Amino acid sequence: MKPWQAVLLRLFSRKVVLASAVLLTLVVAIATVFPWVSDADPGAISISERLQAPSATHWAGTDELGRDVMLRIVHGARYSLLIGGLTAAGAVLLGTLMGMLAGFFRRLDAPLMRLVDAMMSFPDILLGIALVSILGASLWNVMLALVIVYTPRVARVVRASTLVLRELLFVDAARALGVRTHLILWRHVLPNLVSPVLVQLTFIFAYAILAEAGLSFLGVGVPPDIPTWGTMIAGSLESSDKAFWTILYPGLAIVFTALSLQMLGDGVRDLLDPKLKKAS
Amino acid sequence: MSTDTFPRLEVRGLATSFATDGGRIQSVADVSFAIRAGETLALVGESGSGKSVTSLSLMGLHAKTSQAQVGGEAWFVRRDGVRVNLLALPEAQRRALRGNEIAMIFQEPMTSLNPVLTVGEQIAESVRLHQGLDRTAAKAHAQRMLELVEIPAARQRVDEYPHQLSGGMRQRVMIALAMACQPTLLIADEPTTALDVTIQAQILALMGRLQKETGMSLLFVTHNLGVVAQYADSVAVMYAGRIVESAPVHGLFAAPSHPYTRGLLACLPGVARQRSRQQGESGTQGGRRPLLAAIPGQVASPLAPPPGCAFAPRCALRTDDCDAAMPPLSGEGARRVRCLHAEEAVAA
Repeated sequence: MKPWQAVLLRLFSRKVVLASAVLLTLVVAIATVFPWVSDADPGAISISERLQAPSATHWAGTDELGRDVMLRIVHGARYSLLIGGLTAAGAVLLGTLMGMLAGFFRRLDAPLMRLVDAMMSFPDILLGIALVSILGASLWNVMLALVIVYTPRVARVVRASTLVLRELLFVDAARALGVRTHLILWRHVLPNLVSPVLVQLTFIFAYAILAEAGLSFLGVGVPPDIPTWGTMIAGSLESSDKAFWTILYPGLAIVFTALSLQMLGDGVRDLLDPKLKKAS
Repeated sequence: MSTDTFPRLEVRGLATSFATDGGRIQSVADVSFAIRAGETLALVGESGSGKSVTSLSLMGLHAKTSQAQVGGEAWFVRRDGVRVNLLALPEAQRRALRGNEIAMIFQEPMTSLNPVLTVGEQIAESVRLHQGLDRTAAKAHAQRMLELVEIPAARQRVDEYPHQLSGGMRQRVMIALAMACQPTLLIADEPTTALDVTIQAQILALMGRLQKETGMSLLFVTHNLGVVAQYADSVAVMYAGRIVESAPVHGLFAAPSHPYTRGLLACLPGVARQRSRQQGESGTQGGRRPLLAAIPGQVASPLAPPPGCAFAPRCALRTDDCDAAMPPLSGEGARRVRCLHAEEAVAA
């Protein structure tokens, strides 16, 4: 058995993790492949078919403009996953850099961490609303705002881990070998941060999907003409008492995706934790 | 004058102080010693006597946060024959020496290795850094180094992670790491303290073999006098940050002249047994378990050092002169002692 096979086998030894991975793969696969296969327009309005219940032609029914909910969920998946993924990647990159610098260089610690404290003193969604209203509502600005919201969390976690790593003997040992400081950070500190950072990545991925939905719901997120799961829920607010499917199915899509991401993150954390590795 | 006549490392008046909340603390002062090519100097002393600080000062590895101030000189003869003062060298040149010509082994093999890199990668890092080998050549070198330190199945071990190795194995890897660039000076900071006694013997034998093969000099920091007696050529005993006695190993064990050295030797179980046997022969107490000797009192706090000799408060031979001033390290040649009553101590 090759090493990577053993790793996968151990990762999927927990059924929940396996199920989450399968579900996520499915969501990502459909979101990427479907628009290539079908040129059905998720924005096609058909007033005669408005607010129809789920049926054979419209699996998840139609919304108040007669748009197919299923089609919009599939297209919305692209945007929601894109926002979640890019936000998580951006926050992790920035946060890791900040946290590593703050944790390793004592002189940078106070200024960087006070900045982080200041940002964390705002409630997430409030800071998001403020940033989007400053920057203006667009897909990219929502992502930028969410990156700014979630960077401090990563920075905190990374700083804490770096503080521990910095005192470990292998950092001194590397210095005793004549390794330069930036190489110590890159080769000796960063690889040891992979496990906490990866966990943060999956969690922030999930949070960002939720936060985008929240911002869009409040009307300060993605412009309503772009189908994301958030804008779908926001748009269906008035008709949801007459047509539950317009709000239920996008909601379920968010719940299952976010839950799967969290579960997968948990599985990855267990896998990478050397203490748990020894125990098993 | 040829550089061969100079010792490989000559330390003169090394002094290190740290900033603490209670003011600046003089951790190590007036430390002088010399190590010739291929020789082993053991730096002996109890915890907190400044052994590790001395070795870290030589390597320039004090944490920036401790605001260490290092004074004195440490003349090191480089491979190219140039004699340089380590303590006055620019950081870039010093870094080029670290791991290359001067290597260090730490006490804790469990945490000295990076847990997420394979042992091969860690050994390879050093040779890639200093000798510019490419990835494949460096890995081959890493495997050769593992074979050199007698790790069985080196071909597999080279791709393993530290957690897959035992403590003794890891210390072998650390030695391989330190020896990768064939240093001419190896600083070993209590390399066997964290290991089982049987493994200790193996590691020491290995280091002895490597030293014989490469002709490197060894600064051996330890508190284990048994190890010193067996492996060192000369000994420097430290107490409260100063060398109190330095001597060739046979001279020191045969006739220790500083009261502290005598106290240390009396603490050894073997010495205690000998003494009790002598007393037993004189007919007082036969068959009793030998009592270990102890040095009364505690090491003086570096925040409030005694006015004179640091050992005076615990010393049986103390007189008023001892409190007047720190006695100088006096004596001839290799044999030096920092005590006003050294002759009496020998006689006693």
